[in-house]
Amino acid sequence: MAEPPISRGFRGRGSGGKSTRVPPGQHLVTDFPVLSAGPTPEPDLANWRFTLEDGETPLGEWSWQQFNALSQTELTVDIHCVTTWSKLDTNWRGVSIDTLLEAVGLSEPPGPFVLLHCDGGYTTNVPAEDLLDGKAMVATQFDGEALDPEHGGPARLLVPHLYFWKSAKWVRRLQFLDSEIPGFWEENGYHIYGDPWREQRYDGD
Amino acid sequence: MMATDLPAAKPKLQWMTATVREVIDETPRVRSLVLDIPDWPGHKAGQHVDVRLTSDDGYQAQRSYSIASSPDAPHVMLTVERLLDGEVSSYLAGDVIAGDQFEMRGPVGGYFVWTTALGGPVFLVGGGSGVVPLMAMLRHRAAAKSNVPTTLLYSSRTAEDIIYRAELDRLSGQGDGFTLAHTLTRGQPDGWSGLKRRIDRAMLQSVGFAPELKPRIFVCGPTPLVESAARELLDLGHAAQLIKTERFGPTGR
Ligand SMILES: Cc1cc2nc3c(=O)[nH]c(=O)nc-3n(C[C@H](O)[C@H](O)[C@H](O)COP(=O)(O)OP(=O)(O)OC[C@H]3O[C@@H](n4cnc5c(N)ncnc54)[C@H](O)[C@@H]3O)c2cc1C
Repeated sequence: MAEPPISRGFRGRGSGGKSTRVPPGQHLVTDFPVLSAGPTPEPDLANWRFTLEDGETPLGEWSWQQFNALSQTELTVDIHCVTTWSKLDTNWRGVSIDTLLEAVGLSEPPGPFVLLHCDGGYTTNVPAEDLLDGKAMVATQFDGEALDPEHGGPARLLVPHLYFWKSAKWVRRLQFLDSEIPGFWEENGYHIYGDPWREQRYDGD
Repeated sequence: MMATDLPAAKPKLQWMTATVREVIDETPRVRSLVLDIPDWPGHKAGQHVDVRLTSDDGYQAQRSYSIASSPDAPHVMLTVERLLDGEVSSYLAGDVIAGDQFEMRGPVGGYFVWTTALGGPVFLVGGGSGVVPLMAMLRHRAAAKSNVPTTLLYSSRTAEDIIYRAELDRLSGQGDGFTLAHTLTRGQPDGWSGLKRRIDRAMLQSVGFAPELKPRIFVCGPTPLVESAARELLDLGHAAQLIKTERFGPTGR
């Protein structure tokens, strides 16, 4: 690989305190930046439903109350946004995808790919296996508080080992599929998988 | 391999070396960099690039910056606001002089984009450096001699913080359907007859187009401004699908 050009006089913060938990090209923040493509939808808990589907076949549907009555999981994880910020030790609570599958009587995902559908029409795609074995949840709480609408409340996907756009905000429907359908950001130039450790930011990375 | 419809792998966006041709002081805190980039593939108005700086000891830092120039322009321009203690912005909008080099990758983003083919009317809402991708759209519109009805509502702190002021004045004086509305939130010069408060619902309503006209709306700037403007636009009856947003930063201004 060719050496990158040196930016004359640039010192930056230096790699001195850089944690080994920060993937390439990322930097740490302590606040919680917001990134979305459109307006933040107003939460409407009375009409909120979460549905699980196999293709077009419904597998399960939960109201807000029913969803919160499911067994809850807590995760403390590092998150990595494609716009280059990372945040360590974020604490989330919600329902794991394993729990959702169990709740509809399945021990295996009915398809190898998943498309998540959100309020506002956003979608994102994730391989099913990336959502299993405690790796992901539908999160309803951040740091012990109800998830702020700006950050995806009432509920967002949390799949922390992928770039954070995959952790789709305002998620309402999780659809298992036989083939991969690129989601909204993935259609718009972002990587189909999005592994921060391999710096898969954009299509082709 | 499963029989899937995996999209064909695209070539990786390569890091390119950008050489600064010219540095333009836009405001006391904002600078534009005009760049030479061999093999620049071209872009659409509204897209951004990732910039990567490398220090002489190999340390690197990477951030996103919108492209300020029109796709029709001969050189790519970035416009950067220097933030207090900003690792990358204080370099790009501070230390950089003509001849300096850094890496760039892009263009990126197929969503926050306007081309003349999309038509209008177009309502652009920007705060601070959030005007940058909107300026690319206005420059593209002007270069294409489009007369799509277009309005820019642009919030700055004070008159001296207005980026591209002279160029905006010139564009709005062409009589080609472009209307400019400034609002100054932290102090106005003597005799200022324009708006002087943060962007709010009444302002979006009086300056913008009626929802029935189905304007394409682009909102860009610091996150709190974008959040509140987008919410007010929804409440005014604009369809969510027509409101595109780009959030530049975590903190308020
Ligand atoms: C898609 C996209 C396009 C962008 N386009 C532009 C552009 O055209 N011009 C431009 O100037 N910036 C743009 N930005 C913001 C830019 O990427 C950097 O975040 C910004 O320059 C700060 O980086 P830094 O290294 O200087 O500051 P950091 O060292 O990362 O942060 C320093 C301090 O500033 C705060 N901060 C970070 N960003 C902002 C902000 N935007 N406003 C206020 N405070 C902030 C941080 O919380 C921190 O306290 C864009 C961001 C995105 C995501």
